[in-house]
Amino acid sequence: MSVRVAFASRSSHIGMAFCAAALLALTAAPLWGGRDDLQLLSEVYTYVALASLWNLLAGYAGLVSVGQQAYVGLGAYILFAFAILAGLSPLWAIPLAGIIAAIVAMPVAGLVFRLRGHYFAIGTWIIAEVFRLLASQVSVLGGGSGISLPASLVIAIASSRQWRDFIEYWIALALVVAVLALIVLLLRSRYGLALKAIRDSELAAACNGIDVLRTKVLVYIITAAATAMVGAFIFLQRLRISPDAAFSVNDWTAFVIFITVIGGIGRIEGPIVGTIVFFALRQTLADLGTIYLLTLGVVAILVMLMAPKGIWGLIVESFGWQVFPLERSVILGDRRVVSEQKSRG
Amino acid sequence: MSEPPLLAVRHLDAFYGDFQALFDLSVDVQAGEAVAVVGANGAGKSTLLSSIAGLIRTRRDAVTFDGAAIGGTPAHAIAARGIALVPEGRALFPSLTVEENLLIGGQLKHPGYWNLRRVYELFPTLAERAHVPSTALSGGQQQMAAIGRGLMSNPKLLLCDEISLGLAPIVVRDIYARLPTILAQGTSLMLVEQDVVQALKATQRVYCLQEGRVALAGAAKDLTREAIAAAYFGV
Amino acid sequence: MERGREAPMIDWINVILQGVLVGGLYAMFAAGLSLIFGVMRLVNIAHGDLIVLAAYVALVTTETLGVGPLISLAFVVPLMAVIGYALQRLVLNRTLGDDLLPPLLVTFGLSVIIQNGLLAVFTADSRKLQAGDIEVATIRVFEGVYVGLLPLLQFAVAVAVIAALQFVFYRTALGRAFRATADSQSVAQLMGLDNRHVFALAMALSLAVVAIAGVFLAVRANFDPAIGPARLIFGFEAVIIGGLGSLWGTFAGGLVLGVAQAIGAHINPGWQLLAGHMAFLVILAVRPEGLFPRVRP
Repeated sequence: MSVRVAFASRSSHIGMAFCAAALLALTAAPLWGGRDDLQLLSEVYTYVALASLWNLLAGYAGLVSVGQQAYVGLGAYILFAFAILAGLSPLWAIPLAGIIAAIVAMPVAGLVFRLRGHYFAIGTWIIAEVFRLLASQVSVLGGGSGISLPASLVIAIASSRQWRDFIEYWIALALVVAVLALIVLLLRSRYGLALKAIRDSELAAACNGIDVLRTKVLVYIITAAATAMVGAFIFLQRLRISPDAAFSVNDWTAFVIFITVIGGIGRIEGPIVGTIVFFALRQTLADLGTIYLLTLGVVAILVMLMAPKGIWGLIVESFGWQVFPLERSVILGDRRVVSEQKSRG
Repeated sequence: MSEPPLLAVRHLDAFYGDFQALFDLSVDVQAGEAVAVVGANGAGKSTLLSSIAGLIRTRRDAVTFDGAAIGGTPAHAIAARGIALVPEGRALFPSLTVEENLLIGGQLKHPGYWNLRRVYELFPTLAERAHVPSTALSGGQQQMAAIGRGLMSNPKLLLCDEISLGLAPIVVRDIYARLPTILAQGTSLMLVEQDVVQALKATQRVYCLQEGRVALAGAAKDLTREAIAAAYFGV
Repeated sequence: MERGREAPMIDWINVILQGVLVGGLYAMFAAGLSLIFGVMRLVNIAHGDLIVLAAYVALVTTETLGVGPLISLAFVVPLMAVIGYALQRLVLNRTLGDDLLPPLLVTFGLSVIIQNGLLAVFTADSRKLQAGDIEVATIRVFEGVYVGLLPLLQFAVAVAVIAALQFVFYRTALGRAFRATADSQSVAQLMGLDNRHVFALAMALSLAVVAIAGVFLAVRANFDPAIGPARLIFGFEAVIIGGLGSLWGTFAGGLVLGVAQAIGAHINPGWQLLAGHMAFLVILAVRPEGLFPRVRP
């Protein structure tokens, strides 16, 4: 009798089919959507990407960072630096931002991983502050007040504004698909298994030969690189950068954390659900600024205290669904014998 | 034995998550007596003490103390009612000195015979080391400090979890020699022990647990070694 | 001639002195943080925002009652202590446990709520508490070197606060309860200690210190709802520089941070904060246990 490990389940087949259809529809959005629709969708994609990356770090690797804005800003500044100083096309600068951010993340990890748990979180915040302060000292990139992207480079992307919008929209879509694909592949690999083991019990994982620190640092660096690429794109679209905007705790950490908590930490579908809820709220309530943030904070706290697994967590517990094929099951012959789904506490 | 027992455990089931450690267990302690609970590792002895002390949640009527049902009451409230637990492995507070450990045992300020001076009289070696960090004591001294800490709350019932564990026989005899004084001052005792010989000498009645159930119960003087061995190992 | 050569030296003495004095304030920011972490392994991300909240409470108190900042302490400190007790008992106790996410995320949410709540009520305008003549009084230490009376007073209060906390922790029954509960929650319960109550008392004490720090912050400089996170970071850096587990170590850490910032500011005003962060990062890199760690058993 054959024994194998399978990832897919019936609900994930349905989920994946749904995603494929959605992807087709969204890729064709320039055909059916107006400029505002494309802008909104791009924003949704960037938040899904940022929240998914934060979720990978916190929900899967157990590393709670309140300083990911460091890499959003870093990626953005790298893009602007290459554009302004080297005349490099912003399109090339996005992957370059990822590579440079990965390199920067290494010594940062060396420092910040000396702190554990709660202290690690604040350490990441301090790193972000240091980046912000350094950025304000670089006068050639606008110093404290910021700078705009040179018009010539913007026009070089595409000659008409409409095509620029389309290209930027497709970049956003490509980025979020790439980020989600990266996360799914990572979780399906042996690194993913290692992460789940670490999340359940670090000590047991270490006793089983998993290099806990190396796995965590790897995830940190990958997340930093991907976050930087998303950050680079965000500010490419905005055409203007400033230290306060690039390294904003509210925009790149508070919203991201709230989205992930409300949607569901530790599951890949969580950030997607959370982003949809976040934007639905924003569209219906209209941006009320401080009251909006206050309400989000209250809701996030209530969710954390009463339904810590978030909206998607509740759905999983009630129905056992998964959209992405990630839960491992052991199949003996043709019978599903053990499912990760059922054995999760 | 016409008056109700000081402590009555009735039909106690205890669980660690999904794992059941105690099955329909019933034991009791009369006021003024010393009772031993023996059994092999994993028989459920510590679980019994933890359940009585409130560290493990139980059914309300599973444990009755001094006439009141205390099952499910939080541990700090049970301590306030007059039950003190000397935990397995001593469990002194490492951040506190010897004297501070004793003082915190007296946190509840219950009136009674036991106070700092009298505990030092019972265990003079502690008086010599009063301001030393509790971690610097030998195993035997730590055990004395743990017992002293339990006494400081002037409990009606003192639960002792394996006080002989890891100690040399001469130290164990030294400690057990103090138990009659404790009994004489009005504190009843429930001793969980692996050292059956010591337990039999120090107590009036014995329960032998095996795999979460009472396998044997009786007066200490009436039980033979063979009977106990049989119950201990389940042969 | 001699005076010309001495002048830069005098400058540096003044700079370091200012740094030491502000370091006392940072030590106060850190003390409350350190206390909470020591007792219940919780880092309160809203700590800085609570300092700012205390500053606004002091503002409202001085304006409605018409009293000076020093008198307002009599009202702000007990109020913040009660808030701390309630906060811990009603919200934060529920987050304690092995999982690190709930307390971090809940206190982060709290931070956002406090900041935006203050913003909604008081707007983003900068405010400041007036303390009268004492704000400009100076003492001449020796030729060319002057210390502000107010900073000196704040420093003295910081020392007194740390000494008082040490006293509570190591010489009172409450301190014993804190240390015992930190060692083992379950064994502490066996002593008759209700963990929920002990933790709430610890938070109340922490916020009492926060209240004092907040009032001094309000008198010393302009404040607005957004400056909370920076205070958290200063407090945190002071704790790490000084070393975990030791209140006087935390105090020393505050002084080091204050001096580092003062030196940075003296070289270039834009470098003040960076200099402080650099000091922190250097300590993290070469001596992560801090300058004066207390070895915990």
